[in-house]
Amino acid sequence: MSGFARHRRSRKVIATFSGFEADLLRSLAGQLVELLRNEAAVPRDDADPLEALFDFTGPTEIPDDPVLARLFPTAYADDAEAAAEFRRFTEGGLRDKKSDAACRIIEDLEEAGLPDELQGDGLMIDVELPEDVAVVWMRSFTDIRLALATRLGIESGDEARWMALPDDDPRAQAHDIYEWVGYLQETLVGALNR
Amino acid sequence: MSAASPVEVEPEIIPEEGVALASPWVTLVWDDPVNLMSYVTYVFTTYFGYSKKQAERLMLEVHNDGRSVVSTGTREEMERDVQAMHEYGLWATMERSE
Repeated sequence: MSGFARHRRSRKVIATFSGFEADLLRSLAGQLVELLRNEAAVPRDDADPLEALFDFTGPTEIPDDPVLARLFPTAYADDAEAAAEFRRFTEGGLRDKKSDAACRIIEDLEEAGLPDELQGDGLMIDVELPEDVAVVWMRSFTDIRLALATRLGIESGDEARWMALPDDDPRAQAHDIYEWVGYLQETLVGALNR
Repeated sequence: MSAASPVEVEPEIIPEEGVALASPWVTLVWDDPVNLMSYVTYVFTTYFGYSKKQAERLMLEVHNDGRSVVSTGTREEMERDVQAMHEYGLWATMERSE
């Protein structure tokens, strides 16, 4: 595990993953896509049904799922009406962008040789990303980390709490994955700054 | 600030003062326990075009004070900035400048 680096001559952002790591990244990105597409970005149907039928814009209420609520924060803290309007005009597009970004990770990993079903050890996946694609990955790593952190209930300065969990606690494992994606993102930002 | 509306700032006006007088809205970024300091700095430099020093100052303000005003401008400009921050996964809101 060495994270991302910048290739000196091609200027591409490069990384090598084990098959296991690449498969894990694909799975995380896939879960994010599913979440973004699952709770439909459409207005609630408690509105006038005819009106709802002709409303092709977006949702006006904070999403139920806390991960989605974090990914699409309320823009106006003190103005519910303006906040609803902002959400109506932005959330659908943001969902698409975030979902496209996560899909891009999956496509790039598969393009680099990650098979549908991982079999055995020894597979290494080399990715080479042009700068604009590396930025897409970096943004999606943020979304993945926000999703994991929201599910885990991560707070500032709570490292000791996670360290104290037994290794076989599923939350400890999820936290390890959260830290790993953080490490990947840190090296990716570093590579882009180079 | 120069980032939100560089084309609309009169060249003879010092950007900070000019925008502060003419623009009644601000974009705020709030601290969260997830986003990396390096990432937030990267977003502030690439999206707003701030210098590394300026971006780091704002990032530290978010980190230490819980929030920071990252851009100033018209309501439409701030809606654009807030939307961009949400695309980057930063927790941003907007409000009338005091």
